[in-house]
Amino acid sequence: MAKVLTARPPLLDEALAFGGPIVVFDKVSLAFDEKVILREVSFTLQTGHTKIFLGASGAGKSTILRLMLGLLKPDAGRIFVNGEQIDRMREDDLMRVRADLGMVFQEGALFDSLTVGQNVGYKLNEELQWPAEKANARVKEVLGFVGLGEFIDRMPAELSGGQRRRVAIARAMAAKPRILLYDEPTTGLDPITCLTVDEEIIKLRDLEGVSSVLVTHQLRDAFFVAEHAAIREGNQIRFEKADQEKADQAEFIMLKEGRIHFEGNASELRAAAAKDPYIRSFLS
Amino acid sequence: MASKIQEWSKDAVLEVQEYVRLIAQVARAVFTPPIYYRDIIEQFDSIGIGSLTVVLLAGLFTGMVLALNSGITLDQFGARSMVGRLISASMVKELGPVLTGLMVSGRVGSGIAAEIGSMLVTDQIAALRALGTDPIRKLVVPRVLAGLLMMPLLSILATGIGMVGGWIVTVLQFHVASSIYWSSVVQGLYMQDVWMGIIKPLFLGFTIVTIGCHVGMRTTGGTQGVGNSTKLAVVASSVAVIAVDFMVTKVLIVLLY
Repeated sequence: MAKVLTARPPLLDEALAFGGPIVVFDKVSLAFDEKVILREVSFTLQTGHTKIFLGASGAGKSTILRLMLGLLKPDAGRIFVNGEQIDRMREDDLMRVRADLGMVFQEGALFDSLTVGQNVGYKLNEELQWPAEKANARVKEVLGFVGLGEFIDRMPAELSGGQRRRVAIARAMAAKPRILLYDEPTTGLDPITCLTVDEEIIKLRDLEGVSSVLVTHQLRDAFFVAEHAAIREGNQIRFEKADQEKADQAEFIMLKEGRIHFEGNASELRAAAAKDPYIRSFLS
Repeated sequence: MASKIQEWSKDAVLEVQEYVRLIAQVARAVFTPPIYYRDIIEQFDSIGIGSLTVVLLAGLFTGMVLALNSGITLDQFGARSMVGRLISASMVKELGPVLTGLMVSGRVGSGIAAEIGSMLVTDQIAALRALGTDPIRKLVVPRVLAGLLMMPLLSILATGIGMVGGWIVTVLQFHVASSIYWSSVVQGLYMQDVWMGIIKPLFLGFTIVTIGCHVGMRTTGGTQGVGNSTKLAVVASSVAVIAVDFMVTKVLIVLLY
């Protein structure tokens, strides 16, 4: 597993080891004017696990990611990320918390005036002030990881939608964060490209030990990520059906009208669909 | 009707509040790290060097037309040798700074609003924050510093080239000797005028870029929103240039003269 770069106090590090509560939402509520987006939403993301948020458009899925990053502040409730309460934190202090978070935005949100290599190395060069040689090596490493090593000098406008998402994943993982947030990473992509992006998410989780939060309304991708595992065999990476213990580490949360409507693993979600018409209509 | 007025007033107060907040954030960011030196240099180039052509052309033709019009009038009183004095006073105190301000607001104000606005609607600003960068420090501070410092330089150049334009017309059209024109230019200049010509563009540059940044940062509604922000930035900064010019002139007259 790659060593993460942000140091934590030893006791906190122990508390947030595999299975520890790396992200906690405690009765979080948020409204924009009259429109209530989230109502007392509570959940815990455990280290090394995956949370998959499902729900209709406008259900508040992407808002949860923005709250985790501190891009939005909740009206009520508490949010803990990496052991720090961030819901009332100042912007300057949030920068420290964000050092351990990576986010893949819906359309990639690549900086269109920078090359692929500059995008991926942005945080290393601009914020972490890595020596150029070390930063370039890391950029090449992560671009190789997502299979885009030869695109380092291209501009984002020259890439396809799928390539842009993969560059966005490379940018998010470049500084080796402990938590990666994916906002609809496969929306608008063809099935083959979707599969490539899904495999990148699984690789990061299983081979790099990154805790993941995936927001999507693409059920096929959600179940694929939840029920598959990546295994390294020499220089090859193989994807196979995950065993039950591994599959249980991916938990689904379905949001409906700002509340958690369902929370459980993939098989529980399928079972719930038999009884719950809303879940059934969503899964069908 | 009353509710509409109330709503408009609320929006107006909110805009002013956000504008003042932006300025306060910029003031804090200028004096505390991190400072993105490369971006500052890039903006000096983009705002300063990039605006040079349009500002010089505007200055040149303004000086020429000023000489043409004032020359004809002064000729009626047999005072065509006074053209230089009139041009220097007008260009240094008023036309140089204001015309430069209007040109820069058209080119730079709109560009800033469009660039920041499109970054906002495509989530690039959110991505910057997610990557640990404060967009005020990265995007706004370099533009404000460049606007603040490049505007006086551009204004001085516009004024200088305006005088050259006036000289060309005065010599070729009114057949006044070069030495008479230039000595008249110097006679028409007072130190207070020079200070006014340097101080005014500082305020105008600050106003233009902060309005562009504020409008860009408040963009909503996708590509159509970016278009609206661009228009708003040009209109608001052009009007602000005239208004700030009046207020600064009023204050400087009290302080300098």
